[in-house]
Amino acid sequence: MLLIRCPYCEEERPELEFRNAGEAHVVRSANIAGESDDDFEKFFFIRANPKGVIYERWRHIHGCARFFNAVRDTVTDKFVMTYKAGEPKPAKLPGAAK
Amino acid sequence: MSAAFRISGAGRLSQAKTASFSFDDKSYTGIEGDTLASALLANGVHLVGRSFKYHRPRGFLSAGAEEPNALVQIVRDDARKTPNVRATVQELYDGLTANSQNRWPSLAFDVGAVNDIASPLFSAGFYYKTFMWPKWAWRDLYEPKIRAAAGLGVSPDKPDPDHYAARYAHCEVLVLGGGAAGIAAALAAAETGVRVILADEQAEFGGSLRFESGARIDGQDGYAWARAAIAKLKAMGNVRVLSRTTAFGYYAQNFVGLVERVSDHLKNPGRELARERLWQVRAKRVVIATGAIERHMVFANNDRPGVMLASAARTYLNHYGVAVGRNVGVYTANDSAYAAAIDLNKAGVNVAAIVDLRDNPAGPVIDEARALGIEINFGRAVVSASGKLRVSSMTVQPKNGGGERTIPVDAILMSAGWTPSVHLFSQSRGKVAFNDETKRFVPGTYAQDCVSVGACNGTDGLDATIDEAYAAGAKASKDTGGSARKSAKPKVDAGESWSRGMLGAAPGAGPGTTVKAFVDFQNDVTAKDIRQAVHEGMHSIEHVKRFTTNGMATDQGKTSNMHGLAIAAEELGKPIPQVGLTTFRAPYTPVTFGSIVGHARGALFDPTRRTATHGWAASQGAVFEDVGHWKRAWYFPKAGEDMHKAVDRECVTVRKVGGLFDASTLGKIEVVGPDAAKFMELLYTNPWEKLETGRCRYGIMLREDGFIYDDGVVGRLAPDRFHVTTTTGGAPRVMNHMEDYLQTEFPHLNVWLTSITEQWAVIAVQGPKSRDIIAPLVEGIDMSDEAMPHMSVREGKICGVPTRLFRMSFTGERGFEVNVPADYGEAVWEALWAEGQKHGATAYGTEAMHVLRAEKGYIIVGQDTDGTVTPNDAGLDWAVGKKKTDFVGIRGLIRPDLVAKGRKQLVGLKTKDPKVVLEEGAQIVADPKQPIPMKMIGHVTSSYWSENCGRSIALALVAGGRDRMGQTLYVPMPNGTIEVEVTGMVFVDEKGERLNG
Repeated sequence: MLLIRCPYCEEERPELEFRNAGEAHVVRSANIAGESDDDFEKFFFIRANPKGVIYERWRHIHGCARFFNAVRDTVTDKFVMTYKAGEPKPAKLPGAAK
Repeated sequence: MSAAFRISGAGRLSQAKTASFSFDDKSYTGIEGDTLASALLANGVHLVGRSFKYHRPRGFLSAGAEEPNALVQIVRDDARKTPNVRATVQELYDGLTANSQNRWPSLAFDVGAVNDIASPLFSAGFYYKTFMWPKWAWRDLYEPKIRAAAGLGVSPDKPDPDHYAARYAHCEVLVLGGGAAGIAAALAAAETGVRVILADEQAEFGGSLRFESGARIDGQDGYAWARAAIAKLKAMGNVRVLSRTTAFGYYAQNFVGLVERVSDHLKNPGRELARERLWQVRAKRVVIATGAIERHMVFANNDRPGVMLASAARTYLNHYGVAVGRNVGVYTANDSAYAAAIDLNKAGVNVAAIVDLRDNPAGPVIDEARALGIEINFGRAVVSASGKLRVSSMTVQPKNGGGERTIPVDAILMSAGWTPSVHLFSQSRGKVAFNDETKRFVPGTYAQDCVSVGACNGTDGLDATIDEAYAAGAKASKDTGGSARKSAKPKVDAGESWSRGMLGAAPGAGPGTTVKAFVDFQNDVTAKDIRQAVHEGMHSIEHVKRFTTNGMATDQGKTSNMHGLAIAAEELGKPIPQVGLTTFRAPYTPVTFGSIVGHARGALFDPTRRTATHGWAASQGAVFEDVGHWKRAWYFPKAGEDMHKAVDRECVTVRKVGGLFDASTLGKIEVVGPDAAKFMELLYTNPWEKLETGRCRYGIMLREDGFIYDDGVVGRLAPDRFHVTTTTGGAPRVMNHMEDYLQTEFPHLNVWLTSITEQWAVIAVQGPKSRDIIAPLVEGIDMSDEAMPHMSVREGKICGVPTRLFRMSFTGERGFEVNVPADYGEAVWEALWAEGQKHGATAYGTEAMHVLRAEKGYIIVGQDTDGTVTPNDAGLDWAVGKKKTDFVGIRGLIRPDLVAKGRKQLVGLKTKDPKVVLEEGAQIVADPKQPIPMKMIGHVTSSYWSENCGRSIALALVAGGRDRMGQTLYVPMPNGTIEVEVTGMVFVDEKGERLNG
């Protein structure tokens, strides 16, 4: 079981309190009705599924109930960092030497 | 009277406390503190089991958790027959009953041993190669026979009556293993005041200090030092000391699973004690001090009872006071077996000879053995052991060939060297590194905040071990906030040290030989099997493992993996690290399902949700059904009624008079705020801005892909307040879906969402008399059709308590849903019931509710839809706001496939024979005469007997369904094909006049 830091509660809590909510920074178009098939496909169906660093959404569903973003390494399962929903993708990751 | 092989003056058990036990129906006497293994050995019993494949007689290989052979069935009573218990781990209690396994009719004479004679047939990969054809034979012949013959032990056939506890724990320093290293690390950490947990799988702490007679620490005997240190640690408030506790799994972020065996060692545990306790520990630092496991020598017939690890024989002597024989031979490739020979010799056991593969080793233990007059043979090998049910002699030969000599023995103590226990380190995702000089894998690259110390880290010698462990414990506590240390590290006055040894087959079992030199005892894998696997093309160690099953038994190759790897490497002509090491996976030793499940079984497996009227319904004889976690009243049978009769009566009465139905399980969400209507516009397909206060609307919620996600009636209580209902099963995910959009896509909207499912009890009153039933109890609400038309909501009082009174219908009749605070739900229900009785109304359950709604063609999301149904498919296009520019799913709805012709559409079906009720899920075809496989054009989603219609009715998803009105389609079933006619979805009151009836 992982420990996840909720950026709203500002503390680490056990994974049981959280639920994954898929890839982060997938933006729903303000004019979604007018979107092309290709753009809608990218928005709705296509996901990165990387080996390594992934940006994803989590919800502290059994805690403060807020959605937030997390950077996780899919190889080690380690959470690199978490940040609030709406904040931009971090330009630099802590300890990103390798 | 003490048993024949108990040596007086040896061991640490008090001879006074005897315990009687039975093995295969024969009674024996042991001593409290014995394991089943030591007690049997004290009585001269070596033969305890039969091997898995060849049914060869087997004895004890070890004195610990690595035991592959001595698996027994422990029987407490009919429900407690635990198979595959390692006799070397099971502590003796008075009255213990154990039976051997995998033998018939008896342990000494086992018919299955014919497999041993026929063993050339059963070589590696036998099952894969043999049972390939004919195809039918696998299911009908091979599998049942193999299943009957395979498996170890017999599962109990009654439910487990024991209970299992679970604890979470947090600490700064978790020390895994309570030998010299673990104790030293725990002492260093404990003194700094941080929270420390020290766990060891044995009943007594001390690890190898239990048998290392030469160890002296802080001026005392090593084991005495360990006991004193444990007593000191136990007395400290910041330390938790767990014995009989195995760390079985190392998970992410220093999360370690441990199982504590609480009562398996007790005569009468009593109900107040759990059998086992699962500890889930989160540690800031983990100190791994899991020691090393001795390896056996791989030579012909090395599995005969009486052939065992040298350290095991030493443990039985030095801890339990038991001699494993009277005339023992020793076969070794390193120093440590000498210490066993010396201890046994000093205890009065004759050591017939030490056979050492090495040419000219030197050292203090060798000198000491020689001084004791023990015969030592360098450069020689034991090429075979004789004896069947017990070893009787060993055949010795110069290792490069030459004259043989047979030495009579009743036990052979062997040591090929020590394998560091890197299991938990490896489970932590650390990478092991091969030390070419010492020929062992040791921890290399760490993945988590842990450190390995002592023998499991490849550290040799007690002095170096304590140094390393103490420093690691001190550092771990310092890193996690411990204060400065006060006392000094333990001082090692004398200790034993050994390393090296050999890997792989010993002389006489090398390439080209066909002898049974076992690598993996439990799975009967010989050196020859490993070589054969390589010859047959298994070049990866992972393939060799699966082909031969080496290391796949319940002992997970604790003694066999390194030998198997070395033999494969030799055969491949590659260095060991290039062949690789199989992955270590949890659990380290077998873990019971009970300990993982804990209390989450039976009634406690899942939460149960009951509505406010549950007690009333139960008192009326309602039959309940499970809907998610909810218990819902299914139907209310009267005396003599079966389900069909009860449901028929309920359905007819609702349409004739009226009925009461508990709809409390419906999900309810309050959407509140200045932007509530805007939010509703985005989350539902329908328009909401213009919905007047006090009115209701049936809403459809889509996912972004355009498919129906949920539905429900929504009432507008105020311009900024909506009372939203969802399906019973959909409530949590709809709430999550709404929160997701509100928080992340539409955070600019000023809206709050509150789940009110449990706050409001909902009593549906439906039928022509519904208003007459409710009205006398209501205050402050004009219930006339003019003031309160269909699809409206009013707030007022009923029975003096607040109500949100909806006029709505899921039956097609005039209907109301009375929402009252849940605490008043039962009282209001009883008041309404009393009123209903005056009119002859009925209580009805979920089955009648389903029939009544189907008669009207009202869909149930999740039954008539399946996540691939659009509003148009369901005939609900009218509920999609055509002028809206955005809502969740608006873009998905116009995807090419969703607007294509020929989609499956929801329609009604009438069977040509009105008495025939279709099966839900049945497939529909257009032409029943087409060859199989037929083209299926749809399926039945809902199907019931409708007493109101006097016939069966059904809903179905059918390709191009709405263009097939009046067509005959076919439902092929095992007993014949059923003809059906495609109809509209409304079977009762097509014009909807009864809503105001």
